Amino acid sequence: MGLNFHLAESSALILEGPNGSGKSSLIRILSGLLRPRLGSLIWQGQDATKEPEIFQEHIHYIGHRNAIKPVLTVQENLTYWSGRDKDDTHLDMALDQFNMLPLKNTPANLLSSGQSRRLALSRLLASKRKLWLLDEPSVGLDVASIKLLEQAIAEHRSTGGSVIFATHSPIEVEAPTKLNLRDYSPLYNRALINLDDEEESWV
Amino acid sequence: MSAFLNIVSKDLRLALRQRSDLTMAVLFFILTAMLFPFGLGPEPNLLARIAPGIIWVTALLSVLLSLERIFLADYEDGSLEQLVLSRASLEIAILAKVLAHWLTTGLPLILAAPLIALLFNMDTEAMTILLFAMLLGTPSLSLIGAIAATLTLGARRGGVLIPLLVLPLYIPTLIFGVGAIDAAMNSLEAGAVIANARPHLLLLGAILLVSLLITPLAGAAALKQALE
Repeated sequence: MGLNFHLAESSALILEGPNGSGKSSLIRILSGLLRPRLGSLIWQGQDATKEPEIFQEHIHYIGHRNAIKPVLTVQENLTYWSGRDKDDTHLDMALDQFNMLPLKNTPANLLSSGQSRRLALSRLLASKRKLWLLDEPSVGLDVASIKLLEQAIAEHRSTGGSVIFATHSPIEVEAPTKLNLRDYSPLYNRALINLDDEEESWV
Repeated sequence: MSAFLNIVSKDLRLALRQRSDLTMAVLFFILTAMLFPFGLGPEPNLLARIAPGIIWVTALLSVLLSLERIFLADYEDGSLEQLVLSRASLEIAILAKVLAHWLTTGLPLILAAPLIALLFNMDTEAMTILLFAMLLGTPSLSLIGAIAATLTLGARRGGVLIPLLVLPLYIPTLIFGVGAIDAAMNSLEAGAVIANARPHLLLLGAILLVSLLITPLAGAAALKQALE
């Protein structure tokens, strides 16, 4: 009973499961940062396990760490990751979505942890990618900011994008598919003790 | 190419905002080199003779001090993950980071070297060769050091491991760097200075080319490993 799932266009997949059940690992495997021991990742009919590059240009991964440089301002941090060819209005829109526009010229070392998280999330909008891989995106966010994240996800899906995220706090999205990794984790399911294959696919 | 420039300009900007990083290596270089005349006594001939070795060894140690910062901050704050996933090729990104490191470490050392050379009573011709040798040698120091910096990411107390990995690999650069200046100082005719130093400089160039080739490949492999 291996792990096997498809993700259609415009859909949302929520990874659930207790601590240590492999949510982050699965997301890292999907992003190509971790290599799976077994199984394969099919992206639009092509095997992305062998050539992660063809797949990686379609994904946006936001992990636990925000990749923010404290001595740069909010805008400089965003510009760096989205490339300098993007014009300012586009970046402003991305910041505005997460209500970061007033802090545009603030050095990032003055941001609170929730604000840093919002800055990391605004990268999602600064350069468009098809699939978002979010590892506990709502950590540190207040209720209003989670609403902003939900809006961003809804908008992303309305333009054909998809999202996979792991979370412990409720993030409301429309018609999500849920995958509970508890059922697949040898740590929590003794019947699986000899199982170590993971398989993901995309249609 | 735009990704390359993007990384270089970001790292330079970071270095300029955190000036302690920028000045530490070059201050260490000047202060350490200045200790030798005090320790060995003010004997102009002796100082002039040992100057090439002292300048190169202190330069190596100064570069060593700064190697950890090439990748460690990026590793800790998650920037490295984003770099691996970004569209830019990882090999190019590593070269960009090494260039930024050289501009903020190697170049200041070269600029400070004439001061030290003066302090050691080195003549002008030897000083010119010293600058050429450092111009060819210090980029190799950054390149070779970057491999060690990537390999020790994620290791506990990786900063202590870097010197152990790197110092043996710095020996060829040291030998030919010092050799070039010695050859210049020992030449009897004025016109023979360049000719005498030439083979050493060429070998320094060869080391630079080899490390230019190896560093991106080895570094990319090590970075991917470090992030798993």
